[in-house]
Amino acid sequence: MIKNISNLGDAALYCDFGKEVNKEINSKVIRYFKSIQKENIDGINNLTPSYNKLIVSFNLRKINFQMVKRKIENLNIINDDKFETNKIQIPVCCDENFSLDIKRLEEILKINRDKIYEKFFGKEFFCYMTGFIAGMPFLGDLENELHAKRLETPRVKVPKGSVGLTEQFANIYTFESPGGWNIIGNTPLNIFDSSKEKKPNLINPGDTIIFERITENQYQNYNE
Amino acid sequence: MSKNYFKILRAGINSTFQDDGRNNLYHIGIPFSGAMDNRNFLLVNKLVGNKLKNPVIEFAYQGPLLKYSGEKINIAITGDVNFTIKRNNNLLNGICYQAYTLEHGDELDIISTNKSVYGYLAVGGEFDIKYQWSSCSVNTKANIGANDGKKLETNQRVNILKINQDLGIKKLDYLNTKIENIRLIKGTNFDYFSENGKKTFFEKEFFVSKLSDRMGMRLEGPKIENIVNTNIKSEGLIKGVIQVPADGNPIIMLSDHGTIGGYPKIGVVISADYDKLVQLTPGSKIKFEEIELSNAETLFKLYDLETQNLISQIR
Repeated sequence: MIKNISNLGDAALYCDFGKEVNKEINSKVIRYFKSIQKENIDGINNLTPSYNKLIVSFNLRKINFQMVKRKIENLNIINDDKFETNKIQIPVCCDENFSLDIKRLEEILKINRDKIYEKFFGKEFFCYMTGFIAGMPFLGDLENELHAKRLETPRVKVPKGSVGLTEQFANIYTFESPGGWNIIGNTPLNIFDSSKEKKPNLINPGDTIIFERITENQYQNYNE
Repeated sequence: MSKNYFKILRAGINSTFQDDGRNNLYHIGIPFSGAMDNRNFLLVNKLVGNKLKNPVIEFAYQGPLLKYSGEKINIAITGDVNFTIKRNNNLLNGICYQAYTLEHGDELDIISTNKSVYGYLAVGGEFDIKYQWSSCSVNTKANIGANDGKKLETNQRVNILKINQDLGIKKLDYLNTKIENIRLIKGTNFDYFSENGKKTFFEKEFFVSKLSDRMGMRLEGPKIENIVNTNIKSEGLIKGVIQVPADGNPIIMLSDHGTIGGYPKIGVVISADYDKLVQLTPGSKIKFEEIELSNAETLFKLYDLETQNLISQIR
């Protein structure tokens, strides 16, 4: 199922599942991720599943590339695709102060902001992965008309709660962080809670997300 | 309330609790964190008779000024650091890689790191701090770890839970060396760059930019030309990965890095060079040199052996 395994530096494996991004390939990645996690292999210290890649990092003091590669190649893969998923609504305010890149998007996409919002809100998106910063979900797929590249130079600070677009994906900045996505709005919802060590993420791979537009007033009063 | 504590009279620029970092959380977006310079972290613990992976205070550029209250306690500082200890009206210039015994009322002033970024302060004993996912390491971006995931602040207290009984003075004869040549292994998107771009990358000099922190080190220099695509589908990162965004300026991922990234990876810094890399101050020159995986593995073994040797020399 893995098309190719190579090394990423001297302390990680780069498992390539293909170039395409779709639920089928992504579920293969997740299956491998869960299978390796279950084996609890001594020396492996992190797994990073993404759309179509899985990175296996290891402790070079204990194990090396060839050893980990052999273990992954001879792994028993769980065939059970069932894992608990949820449908979650995310409120987003698109006030001028929040939609930092809406003008840039209007220029790149050559459609006006109302059309952009119309194509974004109320649609079902699939969560492919979480990461970059703690709890950030990567959601897809956006309609073709909304596909735009990242910013040429990433912002040093993207505000917490920002909702961004890049290519066929949307994401939510769970913390203030550097980042290069096109920001169209902001959610008052807390997407990551580190006090819940067992389940810190509101959104997990496999979940369905629907964005709902709210007004500035609803945003300000959200947590009251 | 603990009867043994430090009062922070000046917090310093970026003073945080760090230990060996936390594992197995990349998939939810939580990076490794931990002490940036692992060798100096291990050495400082050994110098005060702690377990090697005990939490310590890491500081960058300017460290904290601390006033101690309580029973006698050993401390040590590693890195390349100027510091003083004030007892009554006597000022003692401190030496790195040597333990000192602090008494009630002493002031430890960690003035600055010298041509390096990070230094480490350990106490012989244990700080009274919170662990999250079995690590105290502070990640200020996600507010995870000790001290509510925040930097130390002026006027706060740092409580000490336990003091080691052995107050013998341990020492090590060691000098940090600085490097310019950073060795790397080709990245998974190496072929995204033009022949000219690759030549530029390996033959020209780059400079560490001021926009560098525990998350990443941004470099300035000649632009590296991409001929395939300046974006990739976002995928996992590890520390040491060198990404090149559309503007052509490389960014090296460091210990608090984002766990996922969407810029092409031109290379990955080898594990053996990581501790030295993170110590490069803004303005420092960097040249990249490509090596094979098997060499990188050998170099790490040698580096680790050297670290183990240094640890065993501390008595």
